[in-house]
Amino acid sequence: MKEIFSTRAIRFALGGIVLAGSLAAANPGWAAEGGATIPRQDWTFGGVTGYFDREQLRRGYQVYKNVCSACHGMRQLYYRNLSEPGGPEYSEGSVKQFAAEAQVTDGPNDDGEMFTRPGRPSDRFVSPYPNDKAAAAAQGGAVPPDLSLIAKARTVTRAAPWYMEPFYWLYDIATVYQEQGPDYVHALLTSYTEPPEGVKVLAGTNYNTAFPGHQIAMPPPLVEGAVEYPEGVPATVDNYARDVSAFLMWAAEPKLEERKRMGLKVLVYLAILTLLLYLSKRALWRNVEH
Amino acid sequence: MAHQSNYQPKTAFTRWMDSRLPVIRMAYDTILDFPTPRNLNYMWTFGGILTFFLGLQIITGVILAMHYTADTSVAFDSIEYLMRNVNYGWLMRYTHAVGASMFFVAVYLHIFRGLYYGSYKAPREILWIIGVLIFLAMIATSFMGYSLVWGQMSFWAVTVITNLFSSLDSIVNGLGTAIVQWIWGDFSVSDATLNRLFSLHYLLPFVIAGLVGLHIWALHVPGNNNPIGVDLRDPKREAVPFHPYYTAKDLFALTAFLLLFAYFVFYLPDYLGHADNYIKANPLQTPPHIVPEWYFLPFYAILRAIPSKLGGVIAMFSSIGVLFFIPWLDTSSERSARYRPIYKWFFWLLAIACVALGYLGSKPPEGGYLVAARIFTAYYFIHFLIIMPIVGVIETPKPRPRTIADAIFKGGGQASGYAAQPAAAAAEKR
Amino acid sequence: MATTMDDPVTRRDFIHIAATAFAGVGAAAALWPLIDQMNPDATALSLGSVEIDLAPVQEGQAITVVWRGKPIFVRNRTPKEVEEAKAVPIDELKDPIARVMGLTGEEPATDQNLTKGGHEKWLIAIGICTHLGCIPKGQKPGDERGEYGGWFCPCHGSQYDTAGRIRKGPAPRNLEIPPYQFESDTKIKIG
Repeated sequence: MKEIFSTRAIRFALGGIVLAGSLAAANPGWAAEGGATIPRQDWTFGGVTGYFDREQLRRGYQVYKNVCSACHGMRQLYYRNLSEPGGPEYSEGSVKQFAAEAQVTDGPNDDGEMFTRPGRPSDRFVSPYPNDKAAAAAQGGAVPPDLSLIAKARTVTRAAPWYMEPFYWLYDIATVYQEQGPDYVHALLTSYTEPPEGVKVLAGTNYNTAFPGHQIAMPPPLVEGAVEYPEGVPATVDNYARDVSAFLMWAAEPKLEERKRMGLKVLVYLAILTLLLYLSKRALWRNVEH
Repeated sequence: MAHQSNYQPKTAFTRWMDSRLPVIRMAYDTILDFPTPRNLNYMWTFGGILTFFLGLQIITGVILAMHYTADTSVAFDSIEYLMRNVNYGWLMRYTHAVGASMFFVAVYLHIFRGLYYGSYKAPREILWIIGVLIFLAMIATSFMGYSLVWGQMSFWAVTVITNLFSSLDSIVNGLGTAIVQWIWGDFSVSDATLNRLFSLHYLLPFVIAGLVGLHIWALHVPGNNNPIGVDLRDPKREAVPFHPYYTAKDLFALTAFLLLFAYFVFYLPDYLGHADNYIKANPLQTPPHIVPEWYFLPFYAILRAIPSKLGGVIAMFSSIGVLFFIPWLDTSSERSARYRPIYKWFFWLLAIACVALGYLGSKPPEGGYLVAARIFTAYYFIHFLIIMPIVGVIETPKPRPRTIADAIFKGGGQASGYAAQPAAAAAEKR
Repeated sequence: MATTMDDPVTRRDFIHIAATAFAGVGAAAALWPLIDQMNPDATALSLGSVEIDLAPVQEGQAITVVWRGKPIFVRNRTPKEVEEAKAVPIDELKDPIARVMGLTGEEPATDQNLTKGGHEKWLIAIGICTHLGCIPKGQKPGDERGEYGGWFCPCHGSQYDTAGRIRKGPAPRNLEIPPYQFESDTKIKIG
């Protein structure tokens, strides 16, 4: 190894990484593929010490329930998830109520027929449409995607020259950037605008600068004041978008907090163990010429 | 095994066992007593790391198989169910997925170690060939494993890669299509395909484990190579027993590697993957960019660099096929590139080419990217087929220590070429 | 400190013990998730409770519901059946203990111990024969109920009375009573 990495080479490489890192930090412009720059947002759940703001998750659930659930299902979630630790942590009574507001198809009964009954906490979230074809038929051909995993199924890309890309990767790894999905969702919900001069928008679509291709079938879903917010939290479109993005991140990754807590313990443990094993190895080899 | 067994069973039970099935003797000879050169550097720790990760993948894989359902209608959901409802299911899944990537990080470093230090040269040719077979099995295993998720990338990767075989139609009419349908078990990628991918994905790691056994056996006949490329002459002065010297060193290196592994598992678990694989597979909608996992990108770049479909397929398979012949393509009498001043440059050029091909594999094959991919693909084959044979013959190696003892002990032990080394080589040994 | 290869490495060196012990702790901790993942998952735990509406079950009728994968006999007993169950002296019983989940196993198998106070018409038992696990007959009108008017197991002839107690046949224990409570007069929650 010694002949491969002379100290001068290491200094040069480290300097390059630092330089590139600073460049990256000064210019963290992101874009949806072929889209405008999508900025990296600040989320409470980002980074090594990330956590969910329970109040934000609850507001986000209200936005989902009152606005999005009309067209978008969340089949991977169960109503009981809303009261489990690590999420919005509603009370069990509230969760029973949310579940009971939905009608679940069950059966067959003793007559051999399917029937509907009020939901229970152990049921999955009820989708607005029984299947994709029904959704497409009701939505003029476009299928509103299930939102259970949308925060992990979307990402943002950076428009960078090829020689800068590796430095940006290192920067993302160093700063633990895993929130590309919520950044995209937030941008999408707040980027509906008038099309620029000369751009013709197809019938049935809406112009959105964050969406790849810019023409999205979904009309702007968020309207200021549409969802009642608690005192002290402005009911703006940006806040709706932020809160529902956080809620969707939890929905995609309900074990996020547990994962990051455990991660810290594991990394500290491994760091100590590495040191101990190094000292042990060095003690053994000290007496051996090699 | 090559070295004489020094195992002395000490208790009545171990004597009884030794006379019936000498597994304890085998373990002692292989992993405790085995004389290992003292001058190995950290590039020799990846074998141990790879063995650990094979075990980890098998254990987490068997556990995942307890919760996974290989039916196209529920496969994707069964994994999400595992992530959300099974105790520590998310940990099992992320460990297995990130573990596959770490497996490839380690294997690429392990392979390049072999290329730099001439570990493939006689008498270790079979050892090298078994290694390439392990690599092939790893590629097949991880490809199938990724497909089991049945996300958009899973489905379309299987469709694209299996469709490559249809290029055989241009050699024998209908042969390619017949083979592709045989692989699929249907006229398109479907349930029949998924079920057999699951079965084979479960099987192959155990084939890999068997090959690893042969790999270690083949290694232990001549013993380890080492950075100066000269084999052991005097084990008492030049070697140490594997335990505790190399068990301690390997454990330390493994734990450092696990730090990197844990960082990804707990903080960046999806970073090495692709967002599109969190969308359920849709046979009627192709993603805008189909990209394989990062460890396949160099091969993907080679595949797309050649303009003809059949040519691309042949080039891609040949890029691994050529590895089998390296022990005979390299004509140098010097094993270690440390003492091969010309070849050393080409080695680094190869490393750069492979990294570049990896990057290019993630880009659309057009414009400057395509030109670069073609240049690096050409270099890849030129390196093995032209440079290796020619440089070995025309190069004059630098002076090197005659024995490991000369390299280790200051002032050597006997008059040797070491004393005659110019200052540059001595400084290089720093 | 030893200076040559011939000197055996002293394993008493503290650093080696410390490193090995610390590694062992981690290995043991890492083992737990591998074991715990086989335990019942969150869905199984959430279905640990089931609520039953008793209103549609007429007097003299019985329904079978499923709880944790097991059949549960829910019988609305007639006053005559209740009287019969109460009248049986304990020492006539093959199994004198009330097999109720959550109780210690010392209580006698009186009808009172096998039902809930104020709701003695309702007999709720796990419908699995304590012999070898078949499901006894007696839930449907027209079913064979055996000599004691309760349930009859067709596999090996075990006969249970109207309180689910084994009276005749090879089964060793009374039918087990699951943990349940009355949420209202017409609704119970099992588990």
